[in-house]
Amino acid sequence: MKISKSQVPYLLLFPGFAFLFTFFVLPIINLAQTSTQTPISGGDTGQYTQTFAFSNYIHAFTDNKDQFLRSFVYATLATILALAISYPLAYAIAFKSGKFKNILLVLVVAPFFTSFLLRTVAWKQILGEEGFVVPTLRSLHIIGQQTTLTSTAFAVVTGMTYNFLPFMTLPLYASLERIDPRTIEASGDLYANGLTTFRRVTLPLSMPGVVAGTLLTFIPAAGDYVNASILGSPSTKMIGNVIESRYFKIVDYPTAAALSFTLMVAILILVTLYIRKAGTEELV
Amino acid sequence: MTRVVQDAPIPTIPFNARISRWFGRNVLRIYMIFGFTYLFIPVAYTFVFSFNDAGKSNLIWQSFTFRNWQNPCGAPEVCNALGNSIKIGFLATTFATILGTMIAFAIGRYQFKGRSSSNLLIFLPMATPEIVLGASLLSLFLLFKINPGFWPTVIAHVMFCISFVVVTVKARIASLDPKLEQAAMDLYANEFETFRRVTLPLVAPGIAGAALLAFSLSFDDFIITNFNSGTLITFPKFVYVSAARGIPAQANVIGSSMFFLALTIVVVGQLVKERKAR
Repeated sequence: MKISKSQVPYLLLFPGFAFLFTFFVLPIINLAQTSTQTPISGGDTGQYTQTFAFSNYIHAFTDNKDQFLRSFVYATLATILALAISYPLAYAIAFKSGKFKNILLVLVVAPFFTSFLLRTVAWKQILGEEGFVVPTLRSLHIIGQQTTLTSTAFAVVTGMTYNFLPFMTLPLYASLERIDPRTIEASGDLYANGLTTFRRVTLPLSMPGVVAGTLLTFIPAAGDYVNASILGSPSTKMIGNVIESRYFKIVDYPTAAALSFTLMVAILILVTLYIRKAGTEELV
Repeated sequence: MTRVVQDAPIPTIPFNARISRWFGRNVLRIYMIFGFTYLFIPVAYTFVFSFNDAGKSNLIWQSFTFRNWQNPCGAPEVCNALGNSIKIGFLATTFATILGTMIAFAIGRYQFKGRSSSNLLIFLPMATPEIVLGASLLSLFLLFKINPGFWPTVIAHVMFCISFVVVTVKARIASLDPKLEQAAMDLYANEFETFRRVTLPLVAPGIAGAALLAFSLSFDDFIITNFNSGTLITFPKFVYVSAARGIPAQANVIGSSMFFLALTIVVVGQLVKERKAR
């Protein structure tokens, strides 16, 4: 049998898409099914039957709305901080580093070659009693003598900001680097000062990078629970922590599934609204 | 007129103004110094504490030693976990790179019905939080009575790495000059020969980059792994589990080595690229 040319793309897609269908689409469908199940009466823990109990969602949400809210607040804070830290850095590398451009770009990504978990533990040490931050801030009377930084929301957001930073820096750099420096010069020739040039020329041209970077930072941050469990305390629990403990400690799959599904849908809605608003389509 | 100008005293810029002007000129440089310091503090911590003679718990500085570097497997669980992570990383990278590259060629090279929904299927796993990917896959495995462990973890890693491979390779394909392939056809190469001798070598750096990305994503993954690995311990999982009671300094040795290894690979890659460009 001879393969016709129009069949080639489908043949190329088939193995990968079959894989993604089995191990990504099916699990999501199954997740949606699990989320409306209820325990079998008299059954063992972990045995559930489909009863289309949509009330699972109401319970899951009302019981955990603090954690939901916290996840979105922390993730938003971390995203804003990451943008504030990354933008000048990406800008400097793209426009002001001359022949050191490639070296600096490697250096920006390099810290993330150490393990994500080790980095988080390092922050625990840095912000801990034995680290250098707490004694310095105390001696400068910026924080009180009794104030600690570990096990606080501050520590969790610090860790999240740091850990997801390359997801922000790289897309920002990619879009800044593509800007033709002549457009910036032209703006100066037309008597725009530095601030106006940035606001009217550089920033709008780098918007695709800003959008991609904020999404790539926000999505993993909102679902993260590693930073919250290593750097936080029970009062900084995020929705990820709840889902994890529902699965492993309480073995309450329907609630865990309802929470996961809610998180996914909430993020997808936010992402869609955000892309609409920011108005770029060249994301992927 | 000129005399007047020459005789006029040279205006001296007040000290304050000079400082603020210097600051204005160098603000980005100063920012970069702060920025890079911030980026490297945790790495420096990890590296310094790999020389800590700390015994079991490596949270407080005790004294300097080379012992951890001489014997990275001194804490046997560390090396066991590392071995698992490397095995999973290689398998996941191989499968994800093959499957992802094929998809990238289909989407990047052909117009066909369903192309935009294909793009969506690639985008969705990247827009789904890891915890949802991990939890939903675990539910599927449990439904089919498959115990979490080594192969479920490999499958999970292939699943989330494919999209990143597709995006990376697709970008490379998009940047190719179609004239090169047309030239090969003009020189009577058939389609297969053109692909093997022209297209593939040109896309190869993109595929290599995608494979490196897939490996580092797989190696560093914790959340999805935690859901699908059962009792199997990977390196990130080992660090997570022992974080509460203190991580052996050997873990820092391995973390630091990974850092230097990856840095070397990237720097060598850059040098090769620059030499080729010349």
